[in-house]
Amino acid sequence: MKKIKLSRNMRENLIGYSFISIWIIGVLIFMIYPLIMSIYYSLSDVRILGTGIDVQFHGFTNFINLFKLEEGFVFMELLVDFLKDITLQAPIIIVFSVLIAVLLNQNIKARGFFRSVFFLPVIIASGPVINELVSQGAGGANVFESYGFIQIIEQSLNPVFAEPIINLFSQIIIIFWFSGVQILIFLAGLQKVDRQIYEAAKVDGAGAWETFWKITLPTLKSLIFVNFIYTIVLLATFTDNAVIQSIRSNMFNQRPGTGYGFATAMAWVYFLVIMALIGIVALIFRPSKISKKKGAK
Amino acid sequence: MFVKTLKMFFVGKIASPSPFSKIIVYVLLISIGFIYLYPVLYMISNSIKSQEDIVNPMVNWIPMKLYFGNFRKAFRVLNYFPTLLVSSFVTLVPALLQTFVTSIIGYGFAKYDFKFKKILFVIVIMTFIIPIQVYMIPRYVMFYEFNLLESPFAIILPALFGQGLNSAIFILIFYQFFRMIPKSINEAAEIDGAGPYYIFFKINVPLAVPAFITSFLFSLVWYFNETYISSLFLGAEFSNLQFRLASFASEFESQYASEQLVMINEGIRLAATLLTMLPMLIIYFAIQRWFVEGVEKTGVTGE
Repeated sequence: MKKIKLSRNMRENLIGYSFISIWIIGVLIFMIYPLIMSIYYSLSDVRILGTGIDVQFHGFTNFINLFKLEEGFVFMELLVDFLKDITLQAPIIIVFSVLIAVLLNQNIKARGFFRSVFFLPVIIASGPVINELVSQGAGGANVFESYGFIQIIEQSLNPVFAEPIINLFSQIIIIFWFSGVQILIFLAGLQKVDRQIYEAAKVDGAGAWETFWKITLPTLKSLIFVNFIYTIVLLATFTDNAVIQSIRSNMFNQRPGTGYGFATAMAWVYFLVIMALIGIVALIFRPSKISKKKGAK
Repeated sequence: MFVKTLKMFFVGKIASPSPFSKIIVYVLLISIGFIYLYPVLYMISNSIKSQEDIVNPMVNWIPMKLYFGNFRKAFRVLNYFPTLLVSSFVTLVPALLQTFVTSIIGYGFAKYDFKFKKILFVIVIMTFIIPIQVYMIPRYVMFYEFNLLESPFAIILPALFGQGLNSAIFILIFYQFFRMIPKSINEAAEIDGAGPYYIFFKINVPLAVPAFITSFLFSLVWYFNETYISSLFLGAEFSNLQFRLASFASEFESQYASEQLVMINEGIRLAATLLTMLPMLIIYFAIQRWFVEGVEKTGVTGE
């Protein structure tokens, strides 16, 4: 049983790697390799034939086809719609989650009950379920319609702005449903705030309104950043998102110029758009704290 | 007006915890909570309505009589118990594997300092941000080549290698949790001659039970509700409850084609929706504190 003596450092490295080795294998097979292939596919014409896979490199044709083929136009339109929707929806989800988290952080009875209520959608919200609920009129559109709310928007706004807003309100409840995890994250963050800070602020004569903006919100800033990314990823990968449905239907499209390669090119465009969104959010919200915390790790 | 109420509520909160401000909090929570749950309440109310009650404008929330015919039909069309079995299989197995494997990975990241750790950790986070669509097609082609399409392995294998659904989040959860366990425990065990794997399984795993439960539950829920990847990789043979629900209307028509009088209505469709979410609802109501408190306990927010 005699082992070769390794230096402490070597040993630490080896054992560490042995624990994560399964992940390294996984990430190489299921992530890095597909990503590399994905770049290659996006520059090729890919067909799955009965005999095997036929990949023919053809440069940027797929990306050019995005602007030339009808499928490409449809995709681009969906992508623009998605961008419009997400720039409206993501901030709404964040504001809503902060609001609910602040409410739940009050000294109230039945906090556990309310917490469970606001978390419930996470358990049940799958693509088909939400689809059914919306199509059968449970999405909440009728709540707003019955108050004439939608007509007011329709009449008072330019259609370019009115359309996304109406779209938003017709499924507002479902949009709120995407905030379950975020509420809990904010709530956990709020509970970590030292009560003494509030007391000190009070002694210094700060009102509650000021305390919220000057203390509560800044402490949540790094969590807002985290939650924004979570929300964007959640919305971007949700099954019933029209863009990813379009990517998927183009995979099996038999028309020349389309197919797997074309769909992969779409996916890359989509990825870049999402990364750009996350980049913008990072520019706005990345607090100096994050770098500090990372340093402290 | 809303801003004013909000302002008053914040003022009320700290300046003086008056009963008035408390009432506002309750009113807000109850009314927002009601709107929030509106789709669920609507679904429950309509799924127990008969055809007459649905078209009757006088009937709003509470039907004239309890009617379970919708559930009977939905039950039959969903082919409920066999489908539930399939669902459980393609949900439980990957969820269990994913929880176990990500705990090992998270532990490795939390307790050991190895070369390139920072870069590898950034890659872990990247795997969460990169949308599946980007690498899904090559994965599909890869599975096709290895003849793994339309077999549960297409879902199980990535989970086994820490690349399952939202695996990155679970690695993060375990990473955070194992970091909270003092290093001195490991050191003490090491002095007593315990090997690294013994220390992990016999000392750290029992201490991390909350993280395991929370991760497993989230994994379960996410796998249960996931349809995009599974519909692509599993195919018709493993049609779970979610697929059945997605194709419910057409399935209903083909099953009841001979009976002209039986028409699909929103009651039946909502009953099917309720039946689809039922397994998760039951689990949630039984052990909801593990879901809700888990997010705090596991220290995900410690970041």
